[in-house]
Amino acid sequence: MSRNDWEVVIGLEVHAQLNTASKIFSAASTAFGAEPNVQASAVDIALPGVLPVLNGGAVERAIRFGVAIGATVAPKSVFARKNYFYPDLPKGYQISQFELPVVQGGTITIRVGDGDGDKAYEKTVQLTRAHLEEDAGKSLHEDFHGMSGIDLNRAGTPLLEIVSEPDMRSSAEAVAYARALHALVRWIDICDGNMQEGSFRCDANVSVRRPGGPLGTRREIKNLNSFRFLQQAIDFEVQWQIDTIEDGGRIQQATVLFDPDTGETRMMRSKEDAHDYRYFPDPDLLPLVISPEWIARVRSEMPELPGAMKARLVDDYGLSAYDAASLTASKEIAAYYQAMLAAADAKPGSQVPKLGANWVMGELAAQLNRAERDIGDSPVASAQLAGLVQRIADGTISNNIARKVFAALWNGEGGTGPDAADRIIEAQGLRQVNDSSALEPLIDEVLAANQKSVDEFRAGKEKAFNALVGQVMKASRGKANPAQVNELLKRKLEA
Amino acid sequence: MINASLTELRAALDAGKISSVELATLFLDRIERLDPALNTFITVDRDGALAAARAADARLAAGDAGPLTGIPLAHKDVFCTEGVLTTCGSKMLANFISPYDAHVVSLLKAAGAVSLGKTNMDEFAMGSSNENSHFGPAKNPWDTTRIPGGSSGGSAAAVAARLVPIATGTDTGGSVRQPAALTGVTGIKPTYGVVSRYGMIAYASSLDQGGAFGASAADCGQLLTAMAGFDPRDSTSLERPAEDYSRELAAPAAARPLAGLRIGLPKEFFGAGMADDVRAAVEAALDGYRALGATTVDVSLPNAQLAIPAYYVIAPAEASSNLSRFDGVRYGHRAADYRDLAEMYSKSRAEGFGAEVKRRILVGTYVLSHGYYDAYYLQAQKLRRLIAQDFQAALADCDVIAGPTSPTTAWAIGEKSDDPVQMYLSDIYTIAVNLAGLPGLSHPCGFGAGELPVGLQLVGDYFSEARLLNVAHRFQQASDWHLRRPAIAA
Repeated sequence: MSRNDWEVVIGLEVHAQLNTASKIFSAASTAFGAEPNVQASAVDIALPGVLPVLNGGAVERAIRFGVAIGATVAPKSVFARKNYFYPDLPKGYQISQFELPVVQGGTITIRVGDGDGDKAYEKTVQLTRAHLEEDAGKSLHEDFHGMSGIDLNRAGTPLLEIVSEPDMRSSAEAVAYARALHALVRWIDICDGNMQEGSFRCDANVSVRRPGGPLGTRREIKNLNSFRFLQQAIDFEVQWQIDTIEDGGRIQQATVLFDPDTGETRMMRSKEDAHDYRYFPDPDLLPLVISPEWIARVRSEMPELPGAMKARLVDDYGLSAYDAASLTASKEIAAYYQAMLAAADAKPGSQVPKLGANWVMGELAAQLNRAERDIGDSPVASAQLAGLVQRIADGTISNNIARKVFAALWNGEGGTGPDAADRIIEAQGLRQVNDSSALEPLIDEVLAANQKSVDEFRAGKEKAFNALVGQVMKASRGKANPAQVNELLKRKLEA
Repeated sequence: MINASLTELRAALDAGKISSVELATLFLDRIERLDPALNTFITVDRDGALAAARAADARLAAGDAGPLTGIPLAHKDVFCTEGVLTTCGSKMLANFISPYDAHVVSLLKAAGAVSLGKTNMDEFAMGSSNENSHFGPAKNPWDTTRIPGGSSGGSAAAVAARLVPIATGTDTGGSVRQPAALTGVTGIKPTYGVVSRYGMIAYASSLDQGGAFGASAADCGQLLTAMAGFDPRDSTSLERPAEDYSRELAAPAAARPLAGLRIGLPKEFFGAGMADDVRAAVEAALDGYRALGATTVDVSLPNAQLAIPAYYVIAPAEASSNLSRFDGVRYGHRAADYRDLAEMYSKSRAEGFGAEVKRRILVGTYVLSHGYYDAYYLQAQKLRRLIAQDFQAALADCDVIAGPTSPTTAWAIGEKSDDPVQMYLSDIYTIAVNLAGLPGLSHPCGFGAGELPVGLQLVGDYFSEARLLNVAHRFQQASDWHLRRPAIAA
């Protein structure tokens, strides 16, 4: 039997670290990278007698998330204690939410596959819930001989645990969902999304079943901190589960870890070893009550969300669904593109939005990628790109010449602002030649010098025509309008 | 001076008849002389006390003294005190010096009160006799072969023996009121949320409440006024304007000062189980109340008999979680030898906790376990609501509820040590009040067999502390039970 005989079922639990300045239940800083334990207050190290006080900023961010995904923001939710012993869990329990989470339901729409081709599709993933909780500290096993160190700087950092329904059917869908979620939490500015620092961590619940059959037993892959690992871990796990079942084995419910070095998952604990967390409402905290007014205020302050922006780009500017999805894939790309449109004063119907989209996703993305820079600190500012795109749109320069101008802008030539491209075009004399009286002598010269190609063309070799166009473009040092060259050349050859 | 009321001490300090240093020294010397037989203190902080007394004298000299400036007091060792050993009566914290002050401690420091030290208690406030202290039981000053009650037994006994004029305590199921009754002093537990729990080492968070001990309701009122108030560091602290809990006490004495007061007598508090000598003292005190103008009405708290089972689910459940932080990792007792992490935990906790604490952790862990939560914890929470509703219904027919504080007088040390359930039943009249979150007060109302004190409990509606104190104060103006002293304090 092959993989096609199996349906993969995936649900994700994502821990997004909320970007509050202080911790969820104490006033200590959440900044990353400090010396061990300098950001651990009396509350964070759980001295006898200390008590938690909820950080309103963490709640505000949870509400923002709930509103952004169209979820119910619970008017009353409850903090509960999740009890277990571990040295980096100072109280011996984690304050979390259990039966009544702050965010209930909601959806995220994902786009799976590249381009606008047949294989690309959109899908809406249902969310189960999102709840507030505190992070644990870290155990440091490397630096101490025969001992472990404990760093409680991270203890009490606010997390939003975002739980999806088991709606994903492939690792590609899981990654698309994780990426969309990652973009969203950054878009609404509740999480910095830094996966290296652990600000966005994924757990994947994976099972396989016969299509249409009952759900299989799931195994949970813990703590995946990159999209690549997420994909690799799920792919390995799926194949392992299929092989196991096809070999006559059974899947036991378990928690597994992914080893990036081997690309394999391995069991951490079975269901039998699972903790009984003895959840109960935390008597140190009152139920979290969120007023309709609070939700309304958060809603009114919400920026345009990626889904809405995507639809607007398609409706107003005629961009393809793929382009619109790509341009809204991150807050920074969207902001850059938006600023580019504004600087070009692009109106619906103009070529600028589509040309601009191509440039942002094409040349700019490629150069940024090569230079390992983020779009937020692109050497070519959005206003500069706007000036460049406008000159392509109005026929002043060709796409090819535009690359030269872009390279100059990248190198800091032309000064700032939308006029930078114009200054480069003027200084380097790159203006496209649209004047047929200037082009005709050039064409005549090329025809005279390339009699062989002319003969071949007349003998039916279409390729020879392209060679002649190339020669004319070369003779014009790229400034000729290629469409015009085509037309004039054809007319002369067929004369 | 050792038997003086706070008002008299205030006057003496203000008039310069005695300095705060002299007053602190007087009590410190009494502690040094008498406490070896009573064991009411775990830590005596003579240096700290004298330094605080000198500062108080400076404030007195500068005309900057408040009501408690220069007044000696003691803190139950459940309150964290910066730089001073804070053991909670446990081996687990026998080496723990707190780096911070509990809210109550800092309020009283700021008021200029002079802390003489930390008083003995049942380990982690779990117990009704003080026998669960790692540091040995405090003794009842009326009969040192007997227990002083618990868990705030050290504070109650120290006030009764006049080793200190006033003391703080905490009350989760009766831990202020019951030892107050058994040692012949006055003790008040306010409405849940009135006193900040910040820095008060948690036993059962939804029930724990700080309280005050004094020789009289008047003294308790002054201490409570200084201890109470909203604290943003405790999310269960109530955001209410500050109150002077002694405000009703200033009204002039009258022949029938309690005319119009309806005292509810729950039939469940006067049934079988109450010792005859306690009943006789309480009945006589109720006659005293009637003589002051109060009327008594019969009321019922039909679910009150379920208070003990509900309490012994909820309190251990919360305790099992609250005490998880005592793991030997960051502070407190850690076993000397262990093979691995699991053994470090189990040995440290097995060695650091006493039998009753372990029992409650086990019970609490059990009732919160998967499959048992609904049957125990949720059921207990339902009972809790029913009990609170009972009180509201009863208080619709009366102004305060009265009854015995404890079914018996102080028993002999060791008498109930082997029978936890008998021990638990000694809190039968006090526990329901914690479950409802209501304020309760115990004041001396006579003596039972063997010249052992009997306490009468008053319970009022939420935030009726000032009224409870005034009711008790009017009784005390007309009686002298609260002025009786054990021989040791004579």
